[in-house]
Amino acid sequence: MHAPEPPNSEAALLAALRRGDENAFSALVDAYGAVMHRVALTFVRSNAVADEVVQEAWLGALRGLDGFEGRSALKTWLLRIVANIARTHAVREARTVPFSALELTHEARADQGPALPADRFQGPDAQHPGRWVSFPTSWPTEPDSALLSAETRDLIAETIARLPDGQRVVITLRDVEGWNSAEVCSVLDVTENYQRVLLHRARSKVRAALEDYLTSESP
Amino acid sequence: MNNEFSCQEMTEVVTNYLDDALPPAEHQRYERHVSYCAGCRAYLDQMRETIRQAGMVAREESLPPALRERIVAQFRTWRRG
Repeated sequence: MHAPEPPNSEAALLAALRRGDENAFSALVDAYGAVMHRVALTFVRSNAVADEVVQEAWLGALRGLDGFEGRSALKTWLLRIVANIARTHAVREARTVPFSALELTHEARADQGPALPADRFQGPDAQHPGRWVSFPTSWPTEPDSALLSAETRDLIAETIARLPDGQRVVITLRDVEGWNSAEVCSVLDVTENYQRVLLHRARSKVRAALEDYLTSESP
Repeated sequence: MNNEFSCQEMTEVVTNYLDDALPPAEHQRYERHVSYCAGCRAYLDQMRETIRQAGMVAREESLPPALRERIVAQFRTWRRG
């Protein structure tokens, strides 16, 4: 075959890397460097520290190259290295949550508030307990609507930035980066179930922020 | 006593529904509720829109050049071993 399949090209890239081929290394940095930097930033929040994390991660990857057996995708392997290094830096930054699986699980268990305040639903003595008091409304999606503005996306970014650590990291990886559940669990070392609890809390809060914004704005 | 989801319960299982992580019977129960409840249909649409909007948050698409330089320089040092 003239054009190699992706797994073969990944194997070829690794072989070239082990031979010390700088072009192969640059290609890899261009392919995965930006996502590694973004992931580092979701953990540590400071550009300078994220830079250090990414630099250390590449060095770690080069040193661990011979041990990489291709059981996971190269990208996942690199991002796991980033996550591990970012965790240790987060501790050094004197953060309260070092993003261990244990802490993420604890956070998922601790913050189990409802998606919506109870008063949005009919109470236990009402005719239809648990039914909407008034229906949520559909959001306008016309080209000139507030929903499509840069301001809306800033609002989402700010809301995500204020979330508790675990929720922030999970919604960033799932919804901003577009990863699937298995990828997030593999990089964060958390179970699918707890990952989904964190995602649910995070999405519910971002939805609520959007609802507030879209219903308080006069068009 | 029926075993249908209330609207309140619907808002708590929506993430599992969207992840296809509900047991088959609950998945069906979710879809049945959405088919007759305009409020929960609107809520599901809002959730999907929230996810779509989050996917449009600005992202840095390439490494800062100075950092890229440092990483490649580090590679050269590593290669010399």
